[in-house]
Amino acid sequence: MLRDITLGQYYQTESVIHRMDPRVKLVGTIGFIISLFLIKNYIGYVVPVAFLALVIKTSNVPFKFMVKGMKAIVFLLLITMTFNLFLTQGDPLVTFWKLTITKEGFELATFMALRLIFLIIGSSIMTLTTTPNNLTDGMESLMKPLKVIKVPVHEVSMMMSIALRFIPILLEETDKIMKAQIARGADFESGNLIKKAKSLIPLLVPLFISAFRRANDLAMAMEARCYRGGEGRTKMKPLIYKKRDFMGYLVFFLYLVVTIMVGIVIKF
Amino acid sequence: MGIVKTKDLVFEYIRRDEEGNVEGITRAIDQVNLDVKPGEFIAILGHNGSGKSTLAKHMNAILTPTEGHVFVDGKDTLDEENVWDIRQKAGMVFQNPDNQIIGQVVEEDVGFGPENMGIPTAQIWERVKESLVAVGMYEYRKFSPNKLSGGQKQRVSIAGVIAMHPKCIILDEPTAMLDPEGRKEVIRAARALNQVEGVTVILITHYMEEVIYADRVFVMEDGHVELQGTPKEVFSQVEKLKSLRLDVPQVTLLAHELQKEGLALPDGILTISEFVSEMKKLG
Repeated sequence: MLRDITLGQYYQTESVIHRMDPRVKLVGTIGFIISLFLIKNYIGYVVPVAFLALVIKTSNVPFKFMVKGMKAIVFLLLITMTFNLFLTQGDPLVTFWKLTITKEGFELATFMALRLIFLIIGSSIMTLTTTPNNLTDGMESLMKPLKVIKVPVHEVSMMMSIALRFIPILLEETDKIMKAQIARGADFESGNLIKKAKSLIPLLVPLFISAFRRANDLAMAMEARCYRGGEGRTKMKPLIYKKRDFMGYLVFFLYLVVTIMVGIVIKF
Repeated sequence: MGIVKTKDLVFEYIRRDEEGNVEGITRAIDQVNLDVKPGEFIAILGHNGSGKSTLAKHMNAILTPTEGHVFVDGKDTLDEENVWDIRQKAGMVFQNPDNQIIGQVVEEDVGFGPENMGIPTAQIWERVKESLVAVGMYEYRKFSPNKLSGGQKQRVSIAGVIAMHPKCIILDEPTAMLDPEGRKEVIRAARALNQVEGVTVILITHYMEEVIYADRVFVMEDGHVELQGTPKEVFSQVEKLKSLRLDVPQVTLLAHELQKEGLALPDGILTISEFVSEMKKLG
């Protein structure tokens, strides 16, 4: 049952976006999110829509698959919209009972909703088309300048990729321990929230013990294979920019220019 | 001097209480002298707590001696400058297959050792390919380790060690968590390495069946070497092995019992075919 959870879900298929350097996708996603918050008018949002449509089309990931991920944020979206709609001060548009919808509130709510939806779709394209491994590699490479201010960049990315490697193993283990405890009469289903939380203790204690033991074993195995941090380490799969990556940067740069022109500079 | 040599090796685990005072000392290894020649297939036997895993960890400089010395390819493990050299020359495969695979894809895991050693990218790929071919796992190179069986995971671990081009491989109970089929796979891979590539193999185990192909066998008990010799020499001492709480292979036991009943069979029969041919001689 626990194995159904997929983290950082990756959609396996063949496309230019899949093959693109993770750094391009990371920079693109972050830039795209920032650009969403710069747009000041409705017409400006036509540009990200067109850009997303283009990217989704080239990524070969079915749109249905992305919408599935949206379901989780519907609730969050509704809350944000309600708050923005009713709690913003300004010219009243409609008033009923004690609630007033202002012109500013309506605008803010729509902008917020649009931004959130585009933000989720934009970042999910990145995780859908990049393997977790590739993503950590890209992050390590992009954060390299931070080494100057003593940020342990290599260590952080190593930790991330080990964590990703052990997620399925620990999930399997949780499943096993759960079954073992159920066989001994443990009850994980009934009772109120507090009781349910308490019933997790016999699950979590053995899980943590085993995780520590695994960590110890893994550290020894890594040392036995000459691991001594990032210094003097070479890469089996180094990140090298290819032609398509420069094309990716170019397309993204064009998008930024158009967004700034349409969304900020030109007044309608 | 051999590839791995221990000289009067002593190792003590020191137990401390919460204030750091010494509570007790357990001598895990007591005066062990070994000399492993290049290209040999060595088996180290012993029941739980006999000190065999502790001994294995000394050969890779994970543990360093309390007294005495361990030399790997002529280098003393006590000298910290030698540590990385020793770990490259003497690769180690551990018991739990899940806890020693670092990569999320088989080929990436095999490349982990060479990456740490600073090998150029093109050569890493060559090494990964040859090591995976050597253990017969090349067609699984794109798989996630989670999708492999225990025996396959252990073969990937062995490939990960071979990719570092060691002179010697120490297998610390590599088959303890595997099913019989997986055990056979792993032992077959280890023997192939020894015979084809000429890598020295030191196999630590408590399964007797895995020992019969070894060149030399050491039996450990309470931290010291109790018996040593060829498998034939060691397994002819059935009563002695029993007193050390070790089993002997079933055929050997059968031959021993028949011998006691008066049949003129030789000592130390190790395989079924050997047993059959000896029985035929008796008519």
